[in-house]
Amino acid sequence: MNLAAGTSPWDLFGYFADHRAAVLHLFWEHVWLSVMPVVLGLAISLPLGYLARRSRWVYAPAVSVTGLLYTIPSLALFLIMPTLLGTRILNPLNVVAALTVYTVALLVRVVADGLGAVPDDVAQSATAMGLTRTQRLRRVELPLAVPVIAAGLRVATVANMSLVAIAGTIGIPELGQLFITGFQLSVNGPYYPPILLGILLCVLLALVLDVLIVLGARLLTPWQRVTAAR
Amino acid sequence: MNDNVFVWLNDPQNWAGTRFTAGIVDQIVAHLWYTVIGLVIAFVIGFPLGLVLGHSGRAGWLVSLANGLRSLPAVGLLILLYVVVSPLITGRGDLVYLVPTEIVLVLLALPAILANTYAGVRNVEPAARDAAHGMGMTERQVLLQVELPNALPLIFSGVRSATLQVIATATIAAYVGLGGLGRFIYDGLASHRFGEMAGGAVLVAALALLVDLTLALVQRYTVSPGVTGRFSRRATRADSRTAAVTEQVASEAATD
Amino acid sequence: MITFDAVSKEYPDGTIAVDRLSLTAPSGQITVLVGPSGCGKTTSLRMVNRMIEPTSGTITIDDQDVTSVPATDLRRGIGYVIQHAGLFPHRTVADNVATVPQLTGTSRRAARVQALELLERVGLPTSFADRYPAQLSGGQQQRVGVARALAADPPVMLMDEPFSAVDPVVRDQLQREFLRLQEELQKTILFVTHDIDEAIRLGDRVAVLAVGGRLAQLATPAQLLATPADPFVAGFVGRDRGYRALGFVSAELPLAHEPAVALGSPVRRALDVALDDWVLVVDDDGAPQGWLHLVGAGPSDDVVAAGMLNLGGTLATAGGTLRETLDAALSSPSGRGVVVDGDGRLLGSVRAADVLDHMSAAPRERGPAAVREGGRA
Repeated sequence: MNLAAGTSPWDLFGYFADHRAAVLHLFWEHVWLSVMPVVLGLAISLPLGYLARRSRWVYAPAVSVTGLLYTIPSLALFLIMPTLLGTRILNPLNVVAALTVYTVALLVRVVADGLGAVPDDVAQSATAMGLTRTQRLRRVELPLAVPVIAAGLRVATVANMSLVAIAGTIGIPELGQLFITGFQLSVNGPYYPPILLGILLCVLLALVLDVLIVLGARLLTPWQRVTAAR
Repeated sequence: MNDNVFVWLNDPQNWAGTRFTAGIVDQIVAHLWYTVIGLVIAFVIGFPLGLVLGHSGRAGWLVSLANGLRSLPAVGLLILLYVVVSPLITGRGDLVYLVPTEIVLVLLALPAILANTYAGVRNVEPAARDAAHGMGMTERQVLLQVELPNALPLIFSGVRSATLQVIATATIAAYVGLGGLGRFIYDGLASHRFGEMAGGAVLVAALALLVDLTLALVQRYTVSPGVTGRFSRRATRADSRTAAVTEQVASEAATD
Repeated sequence: MITFDAVSKEYPDGTIAVDRLSLTAPSGQITVLVGPSGCGKTTSLRMVNRMIEPTSGTITIDDQDVTSVPATDLRRGIGYVIQHAGLFPHRTVADNVATVPQLTGTSRRAARVQALELLERVGLPTSFADRYPAQLSGGQQQRVGVARALAADPPVMLMDEPFSAVDPVVRDQLQREFLRLQEELQKTILFVTHDIDEAIRLGDRVAVLAVGGRLAQLATPAQLLATPADPFVAGFVGRDRGYRALGFVSAELPLAHEPAVALGSPVRRALDVALDDWVLVVDDDGAPQGWLHLVGAGPSDDVVAAGMLNLGGTLATAGGTLRETLDAALSSPSGRGVVVDGDGRLLGSVRAADVLDHMSAAPRERGPAAVREGGRA
C-alpha cells in the first residue's frame, strides 16, 4: 500500500477498485447487520405495541422498560450481549441482538402511540359497522398508523446504519472496518480513501433504505397521495 | 484476576486510579465534561435558531438539512476528523482528541435540539397563538410567554435525545485516544481484561441512565401541568424516542 | 363606536375578501356580521384590531383611526374572543384571565382578584381558578375566553364565532348568558357568525355580507325578517320568516280562566272541574306541571301523580312575545296554551285562534315603525 498515494480524497474510487471484493463483503455484512434488526424489531414491536395500546397496564411498564433499554449506549450493549447470550465478543449475532433490542425499544412506543393516534370516532365507526377487533386493526387502525410507524422505521434504520459501524471498533466485520483501516494506516499522514469510502457507502445505504421505506409507506397509504395532490 | 466485572467494579483502586492510569471517578468526570461541552455548544446554536425558525415558520429546509446529518456514521466522522485534525494540533495532549470529538458531538446533538425545538414551537395550538396576538402581545412576548412554555415537552425530549447520543459517541471517541469511560472498554478489550471492558460498559450504561433520569425529573418539574397532558386519558410523557420520531416528522413536514 | 369607511381587502392573487365595506357599529350595542363562507366577515372583524391590514379604506374606533396607534397597544384595549377560545394550555384559568391586565402593568395579586370576579360573572365557580384549560369542557373554556377578553374592561369587543364550537344546548345557554352580560356591561360589540338565527337572536343590528365581501343589508333583525333587501338576503335569512318575526312582537292578550287541580288531589276532583278531556295539573305553588288525560285516567278515587301527566305543552309568560304564546297554544295537548306570570304561576290560558285574531286585528303594517322591539326570539 502506497501511503503517499492516499493523501487525496478522490483516491477513494481507486481504493474501491483495488479492494472491491473485500469492500463488497464488508458492505453486504453491513446490510444484513442493519436490516435484520429492523425486520426482527418490527415483527416484535407490532404485537407488543398493539398490546401496550390495548391495555393501560401494559403500556406504562412497556414504555418505561423499553425507554431504559433505549437509553443504554450501543457500544455498551454490544459488549453486554455476549454475557447475556453466551456468545463470543466477535460474534456478529451480538450486534443483531443489541440492535434488535434498540429497534424494539423505539418502535414499541411508536407503534403504541401511532395506533393510539387514530381518531376515536374512526375506530368507533369501524366497530359500529360490525368489524371484529382484528379486522378493525388490520383494515383501519394499522393503515392509518402507517405514516407514524414509517417515520419511526426511518429513524431506526438510519440509526442502525451508524450503530453497526461502531461495531468496527470491536472488530466485527462491516463497513466500520474501513474506518479502522484508514485510522490505522494514517500513521504518517491522513489516509483518506477507506474512511471516505466507508462514509460514502454508509450514507448511500442509508439513503437507499430510507427511500425504500418511504415508497413502501406510500404504497400502503394511497389516500395520502390523493389528498396531497389536491 | 480483574477478569470478572464485579471484581473490577468493587476494587477501590480502580475507582481512585493510580499515578499511571486514571481511575473510574476521573473518567466519569472527564466523560461528563466532554458531554457538557458538546451539548452546550449544540444548545446555544440549535435552541435559539429553533425558536426563531419555529416562530416564523420559515426556512424549514434548514431543519431537514440538519436532519440529514443523522445519516452520517459517527465513527466514520470521528476518525475522519481526527485524521484531518491531528497533523494540525501537536503538543497539547488531549486537545488533538478533544477537538475532532467535540465537532462530531455537536454535529450529532444539533439536529435533535434544532428539529425538536422547531417542531415544539410549530405545534403550539394555532388558536392560542392567534389569541395571544389578538390580545396585544408583541412577537417576542408571544414567543417567550406562549410558544416556548408549550414547546417545552418536545424541547426537553430533544435535549434528552441529544444527550444520549453525545454520551454514546463520547464513549466511542476513546477509540481514537480520548479519555472517558470508553477508555476502560477499549483498553480492556485490547488487553483481554474483560472485567475492565465489561465494567466500562456497565458504567457507561449506568451513567446514561442516571443522566436521562435527572433530565426527566427536571422535565417533570419544569413543564406546566397544563401542557404535559396529565389530565388527558391518552397522555404520554415525551422522552428521547419522541424526539427521534419528531425529528423525522419535522423534516418531512418541512420539505412539503 | 366602530366605523368602516370604504374598507377593502384584496389579496395578491386577485381575490377580493372585502369589497368597499362601509358600516357603523353603534356604541353599547351588538352588531352582528353574518353571511356564508367567503363573505369576508372574519376578515372584516380582524381588520379592526389589525390582525389583517386593509388594502384601502379606514377603520375608526370612537373617531380615532386604528392605524394611529401601534397595533399591540390597540389590541390591549380591545377584547378578542375566538372560536376555540385559544386559552393558553400552560397557564391556569386565573392566569389566563389575568393576561392582559398583567401585560399592562397591573400587579399579580390585583389581577388575580379581578380574575376571580370575572369568573363569577361569566358563570364559573371560583374553584376553577387554579385548573388548567385541559380540564375544562368546551363550553367552560369559552366562558373563560370571554372572561379573559373582559379582563381589561375594554369598551370594544370583537367576537369571531365564539359559540360555534359547542353543542346546541350549551350554545343556547351561552347565548342567553351573553345577552344578560351585555345588559349589564353595554359594550360595543362586533360579532361574527355564520348562523342567521344566532344573528337574529343576539344582534341589535345585523349586517348581512355576500360572497366577495359585499354588504347586502344592514338592518335590525325585525327589519331583516320583514323586508329583506334582495333575493340573496331573503334566501339567506331563510324560511319561517313570518313565524320568527313574531318573536319581536309582544302582546298582552286576554286570558281565559283555566281550571286546574293540584298534584295529589283525587282524580274525581279533576273530573269535576274538567272542561273537556284534558285537565291542567299544578303543584302547591300554582306552577303548571303538565296535563292529565281523563280518558283512561283510572278509577276516580285514584290520586293525581306526576307519572300520569302529559308534558307536551310549552309555557308562555304573560306579556311575552306572540311567538311563545302561539307556540304554547299549538303545543298544548288540549289546544289551550298555558300562560304563567313572572314567577311561573298559572294565570290562564289562550287558544291559537285568539293569537291569530289578535294579529289580524292589529293593523298589518310593514316596516320598522309598527314593530315594537320588546322581547327576543
